[in-house]
Amino acid sequence: MFRILSKRVLTPSITLMEVEAPRLAAAAQPGQFLIVRAREQGERIPLTICDYDRTRGTVTICTQAIGASTRLINSLAEGDCFTDFVGPLGQPSEFVHWSDERLRGTRFLFVAGGLGAAPVYPQVKYLHEKGAKIDLIAGAKTAKLVILEEELRAVCDRLFVCTDDGSRGEKGLVTSVINRLLAEGNTYDQAVAIGPMIMMKFTALALKPSGIPLTVSLNTLMVDGTGMCGACRVTVDGKTRFACVDGPEFDAYEVDFDEAMRRQGMYRDLEQEKDHRCKIGRDA
Amino acid sequence: MDRMKRIPVREQDPQVRARNFDEVCLGYTAEEAIAEASRCLNCKNPRCVASCPVNLQIPAFVAQVAKGDFVEAARIIARDSSLPAICGRVCPQETQCEGGCILGVKGEPLAIGRLERFVADWSRENGLSVAEKAAPNGHRVAVIGSGPAGLACASDLARAGYEVTIFEMLHKAGGVLQYGIPEFRLPKEKVVAHEIGNVRALGVKIETNVVVGRTLTVDDLLDKEGFEAVFIGSGAGLPKFMDIPGENLNGVFSANEYLTRSNLMGAWSPESDTPIRIGRRTAVVGGGNVAMDAARTALRLGSEVTIVYRRTEKELPARVEEVHHAKEEGIEFRMLTNPVAILGDEKGAVRALRCIRMELGEPDESGRRSPIPVEGSEFEVDADVVIMALGTSPNPLIAGTTAGLDVTRRGCLVADESGATTRPGVFAGGDAVTGAATVILAMGAGRRAAEAIDNYIKNKA
Repeated sequence: MFRILSKRVLTPSITLMEVEAPRLAAAAQPGQFLIVRAREQGERIPLTICDYDRTRGTVTICTQAIGASTRLINSLAEGDCFTDFVGPLGQPSEFVHWSDERLRGTRFLFVAGGLGAAPVYPQVKYLHEKGAKIDLIAGAKTAKLVILEEELRAVCDRLFVCTDDGSRGEKGLVTSVINRLLAEGNTYDQAVAIGPMIMMKFTALALKPSGIPLTVSLNTLMVDGTGMCGACRVTVDGKTRFACVDGPEFDAYEVDFDEAMRRQGMYRDLEQEKDHRCKIGRDA
Repeated sequence: MDRMKRIPVREQDPQVRARNFDEVCLGYTAEEAIAEASRCLNCKNPRCVASCPVNLQIPAFVAQVAKGDFVEAARIIARDSSLPAICGRVCPQETQCEGGCILGVKGEPLAIGRLERFVADWSRENGLSVAEKAAPNGHRVAVIGSGPAGLACASDLARAGYEVTIFEMLHKAGGVLQYGIPEFRLPKEKVVAHEIGNVRALGVKIETNVVVGRTLTVDDLLDKEGFEAVFIGSGAGLPKFMDIPGENLNGVFSANEYLTRSNLMGAWSPESDTPIRIGRRTAVVGGGNVAMDAARTALRLGSEVTIVYRRTEKELPARVEEVHHAKEEGIEFRMLTNPVAILGDEKGAVRALRCIRMELGEPDESGRRSPIPVEGSEFEVDADVVIMALGTSPNPLIAGTTAGLDVTRRGCLVADESGATTRPGVFAGGDAVTGAATVILAMGAGRRAAEAIDNYIKNKA
């Protein structure tokens, strides 16, 4: 079970894996996530679902190595198996409940930051198949970190790539592209932003004056991912919500991003300590 | 020997065990068990059996222990329970079997829990297999959740010849036995994994990593996966918070999170990849068994620990033994104290708990005197980790994805005495129905539901 059927290295730190998980593939919907463990003593790591193929019975995940556990995931090879692979978890995107008539011709603006391109892909793919109009901004630090560009281009109407250093696409942050598109008179019925917390925060600030509804997907800390622990607590509209069962998607204008960013860093000191101890013998 | 006095049980020294995760209670030796068992009066009308939620045949197994026939004792227990090493450790015997013991009228009740534990431990250590498998009857039942309710239900069904599959959402079987109760009260490999192995030996299949309500639905189980009935034993896993300022500061955890990190994820051991925040000073809010477990876990990880509870020691819902152990280990108890806010530093990390003194007023609907804040009595308790152990409620995931399944206002599944829910073919029991209760009550509910499922399928055929 949970065998890796294929693996693609997208950048030195980001890999794409197609994993055998028939029940999960049959149930997955855009907006949901899953949890994996790569070894018996391993952490439960929440990952976004990048794609699913119901006929092949597979789910595609995209992982960026940022700590010991994600490095371990990325070190697995084709043919290897995950110890555990569970989901789909969380609520599907709200538009999954919209009628086909409503979706046809609806104008969406998607904003994907870095690895955020991975969870954005199944959403855009779903909407594209339903006939929605999609503008997509894909931002990254530098050209090497732009992922899934061709895949995304194939399922949206217009793709705008931007990088902080200008090494690919426009030079600048996603917010400057947003401001330009709005200034040019583009209008949207719904916007979706997925990426680093800080990017989602500033996307919300940039879009709010336009009145365009904005949904964000929060990648909080989690343990079980099923509502049991509350590690993923976020404040939305002044109330505490669990990202794992109430989310992961929320109305961006109601999210307390500063708290969310602070909570995301809760174990950073411990991880650095642990990292420091265990570096020998690990791939960079 | 004084028949009115119990044979004492050996325990790890409090100073030593406060720094390790080894089991606190060391259990009886064979000689001690035989001596204790010989105290049983073998009542004609045994009140212990009536007050056991799974109706274990207590005088019968105790008589075998007294004779030194531990194999026969284990066989007698196995007819009613697959989890004796677990129950012998975590049941509140003082209010159940032992509470009914006649010896307890004039002296100390028979140590039934310790004897049950002795027999189970002896069987394991001697490789005894007592699983009696029935001939398959060709019927299939799905059980949701591998905690006490699900394991008890699955065991009884398997013993009656059913093909049973348990679906567990976490990566390890056991439910609260795995994620909730700590290693020092209930060893995971030695005891929990072994007894779940005994359930498997009855022919029960356990599939982990299946979240019913997400990966599969109850309707999938009945319509697509070919099960004739479903038992829901999904427990009460949703943590409660107080809804006071500062609750989302870094360093505030639900007891569920703290215990899950330590127990299920093994964060207490350096082998584990999962981090856990070890406080300098930990404040645990609440007075139940879970609060004691969280406090004693934090202590063992190296923190100083204070338990904050709004009523008095008399009202603590935790077992007396747990409170006693916690005190012996050096945990500070602050009674009649209730948090009103959690205070943070400039980085958003916890630095203190602001509390108010309470006094007891008139009894409330539960019969306990309700605590009332004393105006102007606020003070701070120094803490860098705060653990909220305020109780849990059932997860709405299954009810929310299953048509025709009614829930109460408190989110509990509606089920009758036998476990039948409002949906034909779907049964439920344990914390999912009652809200957070005990391992043994859940097992009792699982057993009753197994009987009801057996009747349901036989009448349908």
